[in-house]
Amino acid sequence: MALEHADVQRAAHLARLGLNDDDAARYVDDLGRILEMVDQLQALDTEGVAPLAHPLDATQRLRADEVTETDQRERFQHCAPAVENGLYLVPRVVE
Amino acid sequence: MQWETVIGLEVHVQLATRSKIFSGASTAFGAEPNTQACAVDLGLPGVLPVLNEQAVAMAVQFGLAIHAEIPEVSVFDRKNYFYPDLPKGYQTSQMYHPIVGAGEVEISLEDGTTKRIRVHHAHLEEDAGKSLHEDFHGMTGVDLNRAGTPLLEIVSEPDLRSAKEAAAYLKAIHSIVTYLGISDGNMAEGSMRCDVNVSVRPSGQEAFGTRAEIKNVNSFRFVERAIAFEVERQIELIEDGGQVVQETRLFDPERDETRSMRTKEEANDYRYFPCPDLLPVVLDQAYVDHLRDNLPELPADKRTRFETELGLSAYDASVLSATREMADFFEEVKDVCGDAKQAANWVQGELAGALNREGLSITDSPVSAHQLGELVGRVIDDTINGKAAKQVFQALWNGQGASADEVIEAKGLKQVTDSGAIEAMIDQVIADSPAQVAQYRDAEPEKRGKMIGYFVGQVMKASRGTANPQQVNALLKEKLDALC
Amino acid sequence: MHDKTLAELARGLDAGEFSSRELTQHLLGRIDRLDGELNSFITVTFDQALAEAEAADAARAKGDAGPLTGLPLALKDIFCTRDVKTSCGSKMLDSFVSPYDATVVERLKAAGTVSLGKTNMDEFAMGSSNENSFFGPVKNPWDLAAVPGGSSGGSAAAVAAGLVPAAMGTDTGGSIRQPAAFCGITGLKPTYGRVSRYGMIAYASSLDQAGPMARSAEDCALLLGAIAGHDLRDSTSVARGVPDYLAELNAPLSGLKIGLPREYFGDGLDPEVEAATRAAIQAFETLGATVREVSLPHTHYAIPAYYVIAPAEASSNLSRYDGVRFGHRCDNPADLIDLYKRSRAEGFGDEVKRRILIGTHTLSEGFFDAYYKKAQQVRRLIRQDFLDAFEEVDVLMGPASPTPAFDLGANKDPVSMYLQDIYTIAVNLAGIPGISVPAGFVGNRPLGLQILGTHFAEAQLLNVAHQFQQATDWHRRRPAFAEETA
Repeated sequence: MALEHADVQRAAHLARLGLNDDDAARYVDDLGRILEMVDQLQALDTEGVAPLAHPLDATQRLRADEVTETDQRERFQHCAPAVENGLYLVPRVVE
Repeated sequence: MQWETVIGLEVHVQLATRSKIFSGASTAFGAEPNTQACAVDLGLPGVLPVLNEQAVAMAVQFGLAIHAEIPEVSVFDRKNYFYPDLPKGYQTSQMYHPIVGAGEVEISLEDGTTKRIRVHHAHLEEDAGKSLHEDFHGMTGVDLNRAGTPLLEIVSEPDLRSAKEAAAYLKAIHSIVTYLGISDGNMAEGSMRCDVNVSVRPSGQEAFGTRAEIKNVNSFRFVERAIAFEVERQIELIEDGGQVVQETRLFDPERDETRSMRTKEEANDYRYFPCPDLLPVVLDQAYVDHLRDNLPELPADKRTRFETELGLSAYDASVLSATREMADFFEEVKDVCGDAKQAANWVQGELAGALNREGLSITDSPVSAHQLGELVGRVIDDTINGKAAKQVFQALWNGQGASADEVIEAKGLKQVTDSGAIEAMIDQVIADSPAQVAQYRDAEPEKRGKMIGYFVGQVMKASRGTANPQQVNALLKEKLDALC
Repeated sequence: MHDKTLAELARGLDAGEFSSRELTQHLLGRIDRLDGELNSFITVTFDQALAEAEAADAARAKGDAGPLTGLPLALKDIFCTRDVKTSCGSKMLDSFVSPYDATVVERLKAAGTVSLGKTNMDEFAMGSSNENSFFGPVKNPWDLAAVPGGSSGGSAAAVAAGLVPAAMGTDTGGSIRQPAAFCGITGLKPTYGRVSRYGMIAYASSLDQAGPMARSAEDCALLLGAIAGHDLRDSTSVARGVPDYLAELNAPLSGLKIGLPREYFGDGLDPEVEAATRAAIQAFETLGATVREVSLPHTHYAIPAYYVIAPAEASSNLSRYDGVRFGHRCDNPADLIDLYKRSRAEGFGDEVKRRILIGTHTLSEGFFDAYYKKAQQVRRLIRQDFLDAFEEVDVLMGPASPTPAFDLGANKDPVSMYLQDIYTIAVNLAGIPGISVPAGFVGNRPLGLQILGTHFAEAQLLNVAHQFQQATDWHRRRPAFAEETA
């Protein structure tokens, strides 16, 4: 499956990665070759094979519904780029 | 042209767990910003989710309550998108293998009939945080306390055909989740929110029209109003030769209209894939059976029992079973007084009227179910008459007395049933009313029935309302007729 | 002291030959003198290390010493360490001081170990050469022109150079085993789920696994015993008892059935590497093992499947780095989109961006089935290959890498770099354990023999590796770099 410039720009936008045109051109080339390598998978017949998401056939363990965490806001916000009154600040979100 | 409205609802219910769906942080409402957002909720590097067993149990209980299939295996997926209130850049949800399969919810319509609405599925997911737009010098503040609160998203089939049905469905869901105790159902605090899919089609047409999705409607009333507006908008649009665009709209309660949300330049692509940090949830049959065996009586069952066993009207049964609080209150009144119909009349009459006037909910009633039950009991055993009962109720409402008996005693409202005493009062009234007696005597016999009211009133007044009205009536008639 | 194994150092501490503080100071001095050249550490925690060493000495004086008390080690900078910078090799987290300890770190602290600091790595563990670190490449102490391998290159180089006796690494597609091979040390990737991933910064969640990198299989056994076991905070960690890995080390290998995957000795394998690997395997025959050829027929598809699954998971795992709650944030964002796009463009390096883009693309609408679902189907086939092979043989052996360490800057092309991991990647897809042990040299560059076992066969792998190390001395070789400047 060939990769177009627009595919890279679309993925970059979905992934919120800023790319300038030079970057994008380079990635079209790199990603194209990676996908070409990946496309070898298509040669394999996997009809009827169940996808494997986890290497062990384990099932989810459940946690008791208990409050175990205490307030550590100050500690957690120590490494935050912008906070005010305990809130994380971001450029205004327009709804 | 005749139009038919087609509506489907996605209802998000916050589950009433103590801790979050994937972390041990508290879910309590109203804490200081970000004080209940732990490392996992914040999506700090390296943290991992572990599933809350109570969230699973609550979801399954809901599924059982709507007679849904409960698949043995359910899987969490990641829904990927960027938003400041979504700390990890993905929402952990269930796209392909939800915990609750297809089921159905019975709704009661105003004409007393019921209708079954199919539920496509219900799945577990985590709630997002909140963005606050005020007072940060043009910045938005993000509070992640709500992030990770467990949500059950209940997705209906497009089976609803009017705004009223949609509201009835929402009420039915509300009543199921509050009956189960899996949510506080508090819509003002956002414990229940819904997205409404609305389309219209010419009556008789098979194919659905293009739908619009109205996001985040958070009250029964708004659901009705939003749909009413949207339906009208779509019909007008089509009749004017336009076309409905598939889009997301917001309901503005202040202007009573829906508005298109600015469509982003690209369509969303959430890139769902199974969350590699969580394993498949496998529910064994014994676990599901155990939950099924311990389900409380649900609204529909309660409604049926109220009708068939207690002999209530369909309307009464439906109103009294609408919320667990209402049903519990009614049942206690009934148990104390021993008469379901009287209990129903009082709960829906005097009590509901008073609550309405003061804008109180049943849980805030100043008159307890036990107090009301005793009061009704005193009416039934003829200790007081209906008029006195209203006085007792008012006194209890105002906190003047701990029980009906106390009020009756203090106010001397005990009904006079001693015929000697009543006769004496009647004789006095007759003696004091010669003119009315003459009129009575001169009247045609068939008109006398109406005229007796005057004498009854006078006797009741003389007894300060405590005389037994039936007795007064009978004795008066006897005595007056003797004079004719 | 700096060329001893953990087991030897433990005996020295027990015998009172030196204190943990003396040992720690000695190693901190070496780091100070040698690491400017090597660049194996991102952060050296001098003060904390000395405090921990003193605490260990005090515990020992009171008779409270366990087998690891007072032993120094280093942590790949992917493990969250409370109050210590945890960068994951990225500019994105250059300013991130973790508010909590990873489970592995907690357990090592509880065992009384002394952490000397955080080792260099490929950014977010994406790489096979350690050239993708924001903090610059690491050099291979055996040959400063060569890469140390990656992504746990800093850990491997530091151990090989005698800066620290052991270090923790992580392995998503070979990131413990390949650098261990390139640097002539022993590195174990445990079974997926054997060691908690909590606090280990995620690259590809269904493949990531932490493990020890040290100078002997015995040391790896010692460390694995300390870090393995169920963790309630990691849903994918396995609730299964942890055996005494030391107890099995000396079991004889007579009757051991070794399988050589035909596909691991084919095209692309450097002939000198092949010769050395075959020679090493012969040593097992003299120990009583039998050797036969087996087949892992889907080997060829492991790299393609990996480069769908790992980038897909990574693209999602790395979405949390958005400049809002921690990490790099661009200056003066114009709006929200600008904040995201610039913070992430500035904070992530090239290889990370490549993998985020690949993962985003392959998960997006219209491609999911062809890529992600297909890769997961292939993943099952690959796992089945191993399970089938372990019906026939006890362990599999082969080279850890098709070549010895290559020159810094030699592999410019991402795809040819990816192909380096041909022998290690399938192991992560299958979730089985693997160990790389030193097994010879090509010129002055070490080679690793990879030994693979079935799920939870760590004790057996350690036993096999230990017996090999009793019979050979490749693991005792030390680079000149470590000696001449010491």
